[in-house]
Amino acid sequence: MTELTIAKALNAGLRRAMEHDSRVVLMGEDIGRLGGVFRITDGLQKDFGEHRVIDSPLAESAIVGAAVGLAMRGYRPVVEIQFDGFVYPAFDQIVSQVAKTLRRSEGAVRMPVVIRIPYGGGIGAVEHHSESPEAYFVHTAGLRVLTPSDPGAAYRTIQQAIACDDPVVYLEPKRRYWDKGEVDLAADVRSGDPWCSRLLREGTDVTVACYGPMVRTCLEAASAADVSVEVIDLQSLSPLDLDPVAASVERTGHLVVVHEASKTGGLGAEVAARITERCFYSLEAPVLRVTGYDVPYPASRLEEHFLPDLDRVLDAVDRSLAW
Amino acid sequence: MVDALLGSAVQLLTPEGERVEHPDFDITLTDAELRSLYRDMVLVRRLDAEATALQRQGEIGLWASSLGQEAAQVGSAHSLRSSDYAFPTYRDHGVSWCRGVQPMEILAMFRGITNGGWDPIARRCSLYTIVIGNQVLHAAGYAMGVQLDGADEAVIVYFGDGATDEGDVNEAFVLGADYQLPLVYFCENNQWAISSPRDRFNRAPLYQRAAGFGFPGVRVDGNDILAVMAVTRMALDRARSGGGPTLVEAFTYRMGAHTTSDDPTRYRHAEDLEIWRLRDPIERLKVYLARNGMADRSYFDQVDHEAADLAVLVRDGVRAMAAPAPETMFDHVYVDPTAELVAQRAGLIAYEESFAEGLTA
Repeated sequence: MTELTIAKALNAGLRRAMEHDSRVVLMGEDIGRLGGVFRITDGLQKDFGEHRVIDSPLAESAIVGAAVGLAMRGYRPVVEIQFDGFVYPAFDQIVSQVAKTLRRSEGAVRMPVVIRIPYGGGIGAVEHHSESPEAYFVHTAGLRVLTPSDPGAAYRTIQQAIACDDPVVYLEPKRRYWDKGEVDLAADVRSGDPWCSRLLREGTDVTVACYGPMVRTCLEAASAADVSVEVIDLQSLSPLDLDPVAASVERTGHLVVVHEASKTGGLGAEVAARITERCFYSLEAPVLRVTGYDVPYPASRLEEHFLPDLDRVLDAVDRSLAW
Repeated sequence: MVDALLGSAVQLLTPEGERVEHPDFDITLTDAELRSLYRDMVLVRRLDAEATALQRQGEIGLWASSLGQEAAQVGSAHSLRSSDYAFPTYRDHGVSWCRGVQPMEILAMFRGITNGGWDPIARRCSLYTIVIGNQVLHAAGYAMGVQLDGADEAVIVYFGDGATDEGDVNEAFVLGADYQLPLVYFCENNQWAISSPRDRFNRAPLYQRAAGFGFPGVRVDGNDILAVMAVTRMALDRARSGGGPTLVEAFTYRMGAHTTSDDPTRYRHAEDLEIWRLRDPIERLKVYLARNGMADRSYFDQVDHEAADLAVLVRDGVRAMAAPAPETMFDHVYVDPTAELVAQRAGLIAYEESFAEGLTA
């Protein structure tokens, strides 16, 4: 086992995927000589060449649109969108083309495209650099959506996303890029299944479901709580794997869903609806949501009030138990 | 006015069917090749006419007519090698026809039984892209792949004058110039983006845009199939030999409506149509063939018979195309269906079957 940051684990995972399959090509703004603004692709252009680590024009629709063409040609493009708030120029290509080409071609043309997006807030950034756009992609049939929460998961899931024959929107929790954790670099993880939730902490009183940057927040809240909190990392936002959540709720009777993204129409709503359908008679309280508010992401001096934190998670745990 | 605009366009065959010289472009075709160009244009026009009629009869939901643009489409597609790849628009029936896409495959989408219609890899011709301009970026990405493979292939991508307003098209110009892609941008300037005339949003001639991106642009008389072939062949050869992209602007005219849902009498004059009727691409080649003894009455009659046979095939074929089973909507959403989709599919089948049981009970 090696201790790495999420950023280094992603870099190692990308390197492994490129070594394994010569059809894997990387494309994005500033990913070559600079190694990306977060250095996730650091050193890869030097080692694999400009033809496989391609500095793109400053045009997000072009990055994703070209990835569609590369995939049609048999390549496995992994593209980087520099920040969450800059994915929208590419939204048309993602929703209209990446997501629908397999269906439209009745299986003839696969889209093994990975769209990497650093997402979420908490880094004191200017506007458009702190957003959580996952619900748009989860709502789009044909896309898969993954988000890792620790270095080990990052190393595994980036390789599994690249090995997947469906398009994957891969959301990287940018404020956790520098979190450290153990990574098994020797393991061959490509054939593993990333489309599952992960039970990260067992508990008996309340179930907390979360993902991405909120996983660490929820684990810290569970450690600080004076009740027993079970923490589940959803990891795969599309498809959702709610079997572990349902099994947990059948034991605890309480569920809190936590995400940074705004509340209305978010993942929390979908989890709440499905768990209510499945576990109606086990629930002792309504499913509660701890989320960002339904406002544009606020200026950075206000973001600590917008982002769910340890106290807001514990507050929801208390409210659920007191229901 | 048309002649003034065409002043800069490459022309090898006048609207009267006279062969003329051009200082930079020429083409030599055998009589058989010339006849096959004529035949394809006639058949595509008949396919188009039948499809329009079938829409009026309620047999297909919509049709985007290629009427008047046959030389641009058939001429450019005939310039391709079988190993090249074409990215057409939804109006490019002449292109898909020349790539070997079968009439029923073209019509299936308009019939409403699929969102595709053919295997794009087998035909080396992508499916019709309905979002304007999206496919131009796909072609650029595909051309990047050709370049990475070091393959002796070229890519051609079609779009209309209206599409040049789109960011995707301009971004694709940047990609082509930046990576010197083996790509031909083939703009069919048919003068109309639904109701917006060509010059409304384009103050400079479209082909001149290429200069700003750093590659050549050529305007060709899009109703002159010889000129279209000469220019497209040059551009494709340039692409294959590492010379980079070329913008070809085929100056033509949309003789029909935008689609069968459109009513062009609300925004354009009948006299404009008359001007362009005199520039018809098929008549032009027919006169040239007849006058120079390259085809005779019996050949033209034979092509007309083929067109009549095609019309029957199209009419019968479309009427016979039935909607697939409802649960097929769940196929190919993902390579392997998710558990949620398996459950939803089973739910749909059970729901539909519940009515069948009710009827038999």
